[in-house]
Amino acid sequence: MTRRVGLEGSFAVAEAVRMANADVIAAYPITPQTHIVERLAEMIADGELDAEFICVESEHSAMSACVGASAAGARVFTCSAGQGLELMHEVLYIPSSMRLPVVAVAANRALSAPLSIWCDHSDAMSIRDIGWIQMFAENNQQAFDLTVCAFRVAESVLFPAMVHIDGFFLSHVIEDIELPDDDAVRDFIPDYEHPFVLDPDKPVSMGCFAPPFIYAETKKAQEVAFEHTKSELMSVWDDFGRTFGRHYSPVEPYKMEDARIALLTMGSYSETAMLAVDEMREEGADVGLLRLRLWRPFPFAELRDAVKNVELVVVLDRAVSFGMGGPVCSEVRAALYQMENKNKPHVIGFIGGLGGRDIPIAGFKYMVKRAQERVKDKKEEMEETELFGVRE
Amino acid sequence: MAEGKEKGKEGDLFIPRLVTTDEYFVSGHRACMGCGEALAVRLVCKALGKNVIIVIATGCMEVVSSQLPWTSWRVPWIHTIFENVGAVVSGIESAYKARIRKGRIAPKDVKFVGFAGDGGTSDIGLQALSGAMERGHDFLYVCFDNEAYMNTGIQRSSATPYGAWTTTAPVGEKQPLGQMTWKKNMPEIAVAHRIPYVATACPSYPLDLMDKVRRGVDIEGPAYIHVLSPCPTGWRTPPNLTIEVGRLAVETGVFPLYEVIDGEYRLSLELPELKPVREYTKKQGRFRHLSDDAIERIQARVEADYARLKSKAGL
Repeated sequence: MTRRVGLEGSFAVAEAVRMANADVIAAYPITPQTHIVERLAEMIADGELDAEFICVESEHSAMSACVGASAAGARVFTCSAGQGLELMHEVLYIPSSMRLPVVAVAANRALSAPLSIWCDHSDAMSIRDIGWIQMFAENNQQAFDLTVCAFRVAESVLFPAMVHIDGFFLSHVIEDIELPDDDAVRDFIPDYEHPFVLDPDKPVSMGCFAPPFIYAETKKAQEVAFEHTKSELMSVWDDFGRTFGRHYSPVEPYKMEDARIALLTMGSYSETAMLAVDEMREEGADVGLLRLRLWRPFPFAELRDAVKNVELVVVLDRAVSFGMGGPVCSEVRAALYQMENKNKPHVIGFIGGLGGRDIPIAGFKYMVKRAQERVKDKKEEMEETELFGVRE
Repeated sequence: MAEGKEKGKEGDLFIPRLVTTDEYFVSGHRACMGCGEALAVRLVCKALGKNVIIVIATGCMEVVSSQLPWTSWRVPWIHTIFENVGAVVSGIESAYKARIRKGRIAPKDVKFVGFAGDGGTSDIGLQALSGAMERGHDFLYVCFDNEAYMNTGIQRSSATPYGAWTTTAPVGEKQPLGQMTWKKNMPEIAVAHRIPYVATACPSYPLDLMDKVRRGVDIEGPAYIHVLSPCPTGWRTPPNLTIEVGRLAVETGVFPLYEVIDGEYRLSLELPELKPVREYTKKQGRFRHLSDDAIERIQARVEADYARLKSKAGL
């Protein structure tokens, strides 16, 4: 029976991990991810989840333990945020290169210095080139749904997958969500056997040393296989939609049918942006919203298709790529570069919401208005990316 | 752990003609001529047998044994990065525990073993190892200590002995000593974790090494073995002196062989009298610059450390 419950994003993630029947969880506490590990530890202590919980001494070891456990055939989970993801950084390359389906949730957090425990997407951006599937949730229902999908897709393509939930905005906010039956989720995520596990009955050498004559071939194989993860994820999402009635896709439109202007967001601000779109629509502006659900692999074709009738794309980044502007904006521009000039929309980027700074509905309306002015003034250069709401 | 202690005293020990002829770390690897570490790895693997999963840190033994598309390992083996052996082995052990308990695989007796060099253990990997020992995973960790970063070209580590030349503690006019710090006592750090089994060993004493591996792996909980592995390339010794140099390290008291079982110290060899340290240092190019003064300082330190060790062993 489906249940409607009020749950924090963190607890929603923990429920997904419990229903996925993870075998090994290795994690280190960091704000704002702590409620996920606390809830999982509780579930294990209460016998609701039968898993080994490795309470490691660092995030570096958390990911290392996940790598070991996954190489030994276990279904594994970890979660982190901000500085923790940065400490994990070196190890994050290993599951994607060694084809180990580790599942992780990041409660997005800003990076030091200065110290900030609050949300932005700097941590998510720092790991974009590593070969992890990266999905962004915008509410707690999605935090649950995408975590379930992450297990299924990771084990089917043998790549690691990370679900990004905005720190505090989702991790600590209670929302009304729908929880499916445990059995339905277990049916949706079948038991899996990794084709090569560490087992004395069938010895394998994993993680060998590659001189120049073969390293590049390993990377080519990885890239080809990783490209394939997008179609597999889309078919997992289709199946999820058929089974549970909630549908996901790499670029999700909102009121885009006749829109001439598209706002583009990732994560929890998508919901504020929707409210802004509603207001602007009432005021007569033909604005819609594109929510980038899938960050890696980047959905180039889907994005081009989504903006083909649009004159202006207004991108909100929650991270700075110093000397470059906003990373999402630069990716969007790269994706649209291939379009024919007559169809190619203007792209104006804003950076906002850094370190937990709020963006109200009026903020999105300002960005749309300001973007139109900048197109008129021919100020589209990347280096003119505006930091929204920052005191001079 | 009383059971472990019994095993420590009575356990089935190796004798030469009964040592298995099976090899698990096989020839064809690219280790230097006379490599004490490759010999030690081979002996440790013989003692471990085939029901084992080995996690190895980046370093000499990983690089020489696993160049794609070849491998020298006949047992399941995984390398990921440099500093995380303790954590990776924790994950593997936990995976087996969970999968057996949940009925996903049939119960089987698998030993979980981590290998790393002195850098991967006492420097960059210390945190991950400490975490794994503290959490009490059932694993054996073997540190193959060749007393510097040999794989990258003889740079000093915290396990490099006082007075040794290395490329990053060179001998110069202003600084004629080489390494100016004393070797970090890694076995004592392991002992401080109150784990059930800690030992030192050296491939110059192969049966002692293999006995200790057997004891360490049979004991439930974390076990740590620190293996001095002479390195002709880095120590500046002829390859045919590897065994002799290792023996001298032990006989001079520079590297005493002992076990700590449930906190109780036991010396592995009766040494009525230590040979002078000079007999050890004079064989090695890395010490050839040492003044008499410096050698005396080392001699005094070795004697004091050895006396302290004996008193811990109740001698």
